[in-house]
Amino acid sequence: MSALTINCGFIPLVDCAPLVVAREMGFAQEEGLVLELHKQPSWSALRDHLALGALEAAHMLSPVPVAMSLGLGGLPTRIDALMVLSVNGNVVGVSPDLAQRMRDQGWPGGFGDPGSTGGYLIAATGRRLRVGVPFPFSMHAELLYHWLGALGMRAPDELDVRTVPPPLMAEAMAEGEIDAFCVGEPWGSTAVERGVGELILPGAAIWAFAPEKVLAVRHDWVAAHDEAAGRLMRAVARSARWLADWDNRMMAGELLARREYLDLPAEIIDRALMGQLITSGGGFSGVSDNFLHFYRKAATFPWRSQAAWIAANLAKRTGLDRSAAIETGRACFRPDLYRRHLDGLGFDMPGASDKLEGSLNHAEAVASARGNMILGPDAFFDGTVFDPHAR
Amino acid sequence: MTPPLKIAIVEEDVDRSRQIVDGLRDAGDFEVTVLGEPSSVTRRLSEIDPDVVLIDMANPNRDSLESLSLASGARERPVAMFVDRSDKDLTRAAIEAGLSAYVVDGLKPERIKPVLDAAIARFNMVSQMRSELEAVRTALAERKTIDRAKGLLMQARGLSEDEAYALLRKTAMDQGRKLVEVAQALVTAAELLK
Repeated sequence: MSALTINCGFIPLVDCAPLVVAREMGFAQEEGLVLELHKQPSWSALRDHLALGALEAAHMLSPVPVAMSLGLGGLPTRIDALMVLSVNGNVVGVSPDLAQRMRDQGWPGGFGDPGSTGGYLIAATGRRLRVGVPFPFSMHAELLYHWLGALGMRAPDELDVRTVPPPLMAEAMAEGEIDAFCVGEPWGSTAVERGVGELILPGAAIWAFAPEKVLAVRHDWVAAHDEAAGRLMRAVARSARWLADWDNRMMAGELLARREYLDLPAEIIDRALMGQLITSGGGFSGVSDNFLHFYRKAATFPWRSQAAWIAANLAKRTGLDRSAAIETGRACFRPDLYRRHLDGLGFDMPGASDKLEGSLNHAEAVASARGNMILGPDAFFDGTVFDPHAR
Repeated sequence: MTPPLKIAIVEEDVDRSRQIVDGLRDAGDFEVTVLGEPSSVTRRLSEIDPDVVLIDMANPNRDSLESLSLASGARERPVAMFVDRSDKDLTRAAIEAGLSAYVVDGLKPERIKPVLDAAIARFNMVSQMRSELEAVRTALAERKTIDRAKGLLMQARGLSEDEAYALLRKTAMDQGRKLVEVAQALVTAAELLK
């Protein structure tokens, strides 16, 4: 097998782990790949480099391929998601001042009750809540709007939403530019360490199974480079499987800590990897096995229904036709390639490529090729069920 | 007569923004504003209401511009990334130079092109100067390390300067490492043993 170089962009976040592991633990090499990882200064820069061909692949926010394919934002281009890189892993945090105002209203603290915590947050917010999200098209924005929307707020209209790149979130809190944030780890923990933020909720408490990052490529690239795409997908899928082992996650933390990746102490990175967040100066979240998935519960599978949910939300906010948007969105996620390229390697395949998003309150066995697939829980905190085929 | 284009440059580095402003001045009659304070970029932009915004691709504040251009879609003047659909070559040249530009929708390409050409040229020049400076800095630092390693060998083993250098070079070749890496290892070890 001849060596093949793939240039892949990433943003320094814990959930770029499958790419770092693919490179550092030899999974890319096994596929005859030289996986060059390029750290990017912003999501827009990452998108531009991918769209214009300076990068072949990217660690991308799951809504971005859908948005780009719908023609939203700069550089509209057809982008496909080959597979999901990570599920969940975001945190919502507030300034110490706002946390205190919530306590004054009677908030008991804690890290896991979206209904009650959201109520106290809304009650404690005097003016429009200034909230930082990493990008206009992001699961962070979607979760935030879903959460506060379900609690009666008109989101995002009643919010003052600011776009802040993840590594600058703590700085924006310190400068007093925002009162709250929703961000991927380790940047929420960084705000805690600096004493400028208190974590009040994991993203998973809003939606128990939210596709967070995807492995994105140009639609025309994958059409012309089927074999390369297959090699890349196999390398990344094997990394994801390696990351399912808790013992390996500690090592992943060491890899991510390196200067060329996150350039932060491994101790802060480990919190998200091990599902053990420290929520404030004195607060410990306890251990959660649902904080961040790379592999379990078929996390890598690109469900068309996930893309449909994203497309439906974007269509609603931007005034696009709902069914046309859903159709375009669904086409961006590529379970067809996933099934073909990962067949026979011990990755279980679900029987369907769509599911009712939010229908599982507990883990459940489902129909699959090898018959041992467990999915869920994937519930929304407010009981929403999204049917991708509903008109 | 059409009023001059209003151009905003988002750049903290004063030298760099001056270079770009000079380049634009040579290219035509524009009303140029430099925004150097990251925290006030969003507010200032809405005050200035520019036709074109130029920003370094590597500037992390780009994502906030992105949301600004979306937000203005319905309410104010629509802003698009110039790369949008028009001129692919120009787009590529800009991105390669590390420049991103946002342009108000509906501006004629012939009005934008001189601005971008000038900005691209300056961006290229500045980044070339930067990488040359970086190369000089690295070379200096490496020479310093090698000199220190030579000094350590001369002292510890009573070698001449040429012999010390030859020993370092031979070790590097035998180990398949760079001369400066071997020198650095020696300097680090010597510090530990002090």
